[in-house]
Amino acid sequence: MSVLVGNDTKLAVAGITGREGSFHTLNNRKYGTNVVGGINPKKAGENVEGIPVFADWATTVAETGANTAMIFVPPPFAAASALEAAAAGVEVVIIITEGIPAHDELKLYNQVKRDHPATTLVGPNCPGILSPGKANVGIIPASFFKEGNVGVVSRSGTLTYQIGNELAQKGFGNSSIVGIGGDPVPGSSFVDIIALFEADPQTELIVMSGEIGGSAEEEAAEYIAEHVSKPVVGYIAGFTAPAGKQMGHAGAIVSGSAGTAAAKQEALEAKGVRVGRTPTETAEIAMEILGS
Amino acid sequence: MDLLEYQGKQLFAKHGLEISDGRAVTTVEDAVAAANELGYPVVVKAQVLIGGRGKAGGVKLAANEAEATEHATNILGLDIKGHIVHTLWIEKASDIDTEYYASILLDRSAKKPLVMFSLEGGVEIEEVAEKTPELLIKRNVDPLVGLTKDEALSIVREAKTPADVEEGVADILVALYEVWIEEDATLAEVNPLIITPDRKAKALDAKVSLDESALFRHPENAKLRYTQGEDEQEAAARAKGITYVALDGDIGILGNGAGLVMSTLDVVAQAGGTPANFLDAGGGSDAQKITEATEVILSNPNVKAVLFNIFGGITRCDEVAKGLIEAFGQLKPTVPFVVRLDGTNDVAGRELLEQANLPNVTPAKTMLEAAQTVVALAKENS
Repeated sequence: MSVLVGNDTKLAVAGITGREGSFHTLNNRKYGTNVVGGINPKKAGENVEGIPVFADWATTVAETGANTAMIFVPPPFAAASALEAAAAGVEVVIIITEGIPAHDELKLYNQVKRDHPATTLVGPNCPGILSPGKANVGIIPASFFKEGNVGVVSRSGTLTYQIGNELAQKGFGNSSIVGIGGDPVPGSSFVDIIALFEADPQTELIVMSGEIGGSAEEEAAEYIAEHVSKPVVGYIAGFTAPAGKQMGHAGAIVSGSAGTAAAKQEALEAKGVRVGRTPTETAEIAMEILGS
Repeated sequence: MDLLEYQGKQLFAKHGLEISDGRAVTTVEDAVAAANELGYPVVVKAQVLIGGRGKAGGVKLAANEAEATEHATNILGLDIKGHIVHTLWIEKASDIDTEYYASILLDRSAKKPLVMFSLEGGVEIEEVAEKTPELLIKRNVDPLVGLTKDEALSIVREAKTPADVEEGVADILVALYEVWIEEDATLAEVNPLIITPDRKAKALDAKVSLDESALFRHPENAKLRYTQGEDEQEAAARAKGITYVALDGDIGILGNGAGLVMSTLDVVAQAGGTPANFLDAGGGSDAQKITEATEVILSNPNVKAVLFNIFGGITRCDEVAKGLIEAFGQLKPTVPFVVRLDGTNDVAGRELLEQANLPNVTPAKTMLEAAQTVVALAKENS
């Protein structure tokens, strides 16, 4: 098993004809992901190396049975495309696009929740989801990861690679690697993904990689204490970040005394979650738990 | 993107919020002319992107021209917690009966807008929230519905606002929500929201933050960016489309991906060093962008050593190596570099660096080793 993407994934891609969109779509297909279609209203009827392009999400779903969406369209149009995919009945909608206005994310999240509750949103501003050996949806460099029993959920792409790579070098693999993205209103939070890993039989240990800003890590700490039986190892980035400065990600900002790395680490440790001080130490803690 | 008080007030006025008449000026002469035109008494207010202006002497009442001259002279150039005052807002003084607090912000936990309102205005709202949380009304709003007048009234009544000003205050909340929505704000705060002796509600201050990602649909707001107090390197980096935050240490940092860069700063600090900056070269950076980013890092005279920490996903390590080689050719840096390349095309990248045989560049195998090496080199070089 794995979470959100796997052997049953039928992927369609909005923005498939763009430079980045086509590159990563083809990479995903090369990995073994079942890519069934793409969307571009201006290029309906064409194809991208054999992948048919449709005018809209409803047609794509009707023609191909797509159950997973990857959104690669530019920020002004990304939220609308994600909503259209949800309305067409797509189960998992993964938004890679960075730079979507916060209000668009806010409306998208609330509208999907109200009108299309069966759809899971992941992202925006995320690297996607990789379930090693099964499917890769997004931009995660799959060659660094192999199949295994560690579930990883992270707000940062490259930090995920760093931690995942250290695990892989010691022989550990992953059930799924889920990038939830660095924006202020993520479609899925740590809690949502940790719940999926808890229910996934392949996952034996969960690594969550957080960063400054917001309170998703603190909420995860509460949730883990109440609902999670599997071991969870944490990592938090941004101890040296000054207050009031946005550190690259739109959501990575310490507001006054809220959202600091120290507070997040404390919240997790208070609930018995071990937190690594560096990515290396995080991987080491994971290995120590799995090895024992 | 934070706005100055007067810029926020101009957005308030655009959406029908009552504000006092005023003028933004940058010289004593213009300040006095504005005060004379508005009529006394006026308030001379420092325009800086930091709170606590009043306590720092940045807000003064002037009853006549002599006082306006004196205050404008004293406040212009004043250092308020490291922020130098370049602009004044000269405002017609208001008669104040009572001070309230109102704000709309993005509640990331609830994933909804949050309206906050309190009769305890004019003070630090964090203190009210901590000491007397029952006096701070918090209400999440459904962003698909918006803040209706009825809901605003219910918030105002829950706070036990005097009946004769309920309507006026509710109207301000509704207008404030409109500012928040229409201008793509992440924060719209009025503290204090005043009640005048003739029982009118009015915004006496304004704190507005706009969403950087939404500026594409507000070209007029994009021009409001306050650059006078901005760090030189930050301004140069933004002009080149590079994500850069100035810090006060001496180790220049370049990495790819916000999380990895934040983590790199932490690991450098744990190794006993102090980072000079946050720089995210971003995904898929080509050689030219790396060269430009290196230039920005080196333009900071405090930098004693530089660390490149790359874990290539979309970013290709050979492109990073090419950019660094080009940067050495152009800039001839005198400070030592430590370079860690892992991920996509890492072998090719390391080979390129080895062949180029750049002076003063030390390769590192891991992130930890890289951090320890750069800290040692920075200490040697200082």
